[in-house]
Amino acid sequence: MSEPLMVLHYDVDGTDFTVAGEASGAVKKVLKQLGVGAEVIRKVAIAMYECEINMVIHAHGGTIDVEIRPESVRMIHKDVGPGIPDVEKAMQAGFSTASQQVRELGFGAGMGLPNMKKYTDEMKITTELGKGTIVDMTVYMK
Amino acid sequence: MTVAEIANKLGLTLKCGEDGADREVTGGYVGDLLSLVMGKAQSGNAWVTIQTNINIMAVASLTDVAMIILAEGLSPDPNTAKRSDMEGIPVYSSEKTAFDIVCELKDLV
Repeated sequence: MSEPLMVLHYDVDGTDFTVAGEASGAVKKVLKQLGVGAEVIRKVAIAMYECEINMVIHAHGGTIDVEIRPESVRMIHKDVGPGIPDVEKAMQAGFSTASQQVRELGFGAGMGLPNMKKYTDEMKITTELGKGTIVDMTVYMK
Repeated sequence: MTVAEIANKLGLTLKCGEDGADREVTGGYVGDLLSLVMGKAQSGNAWVTIQTNINIMAVASLTDVAMIILAEGLSPDPNTAKRSDMEGIPVYSSEKTAFDIVCELKDLV
């Protein structure tokens, strides 16, 4: 793996739904300025936004580190939330533990993790109950 | 057809984000579950929804849709309107149902 061209860091506020999407929006702008293709930008933006929303809904926020390389964009989302009890179940489309309030906002359809998987080329979830979760995703610049 | 032309044809009321009214509209998408909209809406689409909270602006911006049409006479929340103005993504409102809006939109995009 080559050295990153650019490294970006974001803190995600876990109490405020209204700022979710700021990190993914900022990364989208950076990738656009770098002349990255529209399809790659779309994949990165979708995966990052879903992960940001999950961090706000389930995990009281966290941090996102983005590494941009000539061949890939890697996004590492870390939180100190409750962890995911059953990752396989959480990956199933339609499975969600989101509250009614969150569902009324248009989330909690159980599409978050499946969307992240669908729009990234590599995805690794490391989770520990009561400690937190790391979602490490990479999109190739094909 | 541009955003403003579609708004005129459908009798939509502009709520905010006027700066984006000259953009060309290519196709559309209807939906209220934001994760589905994120994955399916395409750049340049007219997006018809009944969601009014600020998260629709994040989804609209990330998917690069050209306009949001709120059905059933709904209005954007105040912070949604603010973000819409900032991003230049227009939000319109219609008294019609999402179904009726899409039926009319079908012949225009």
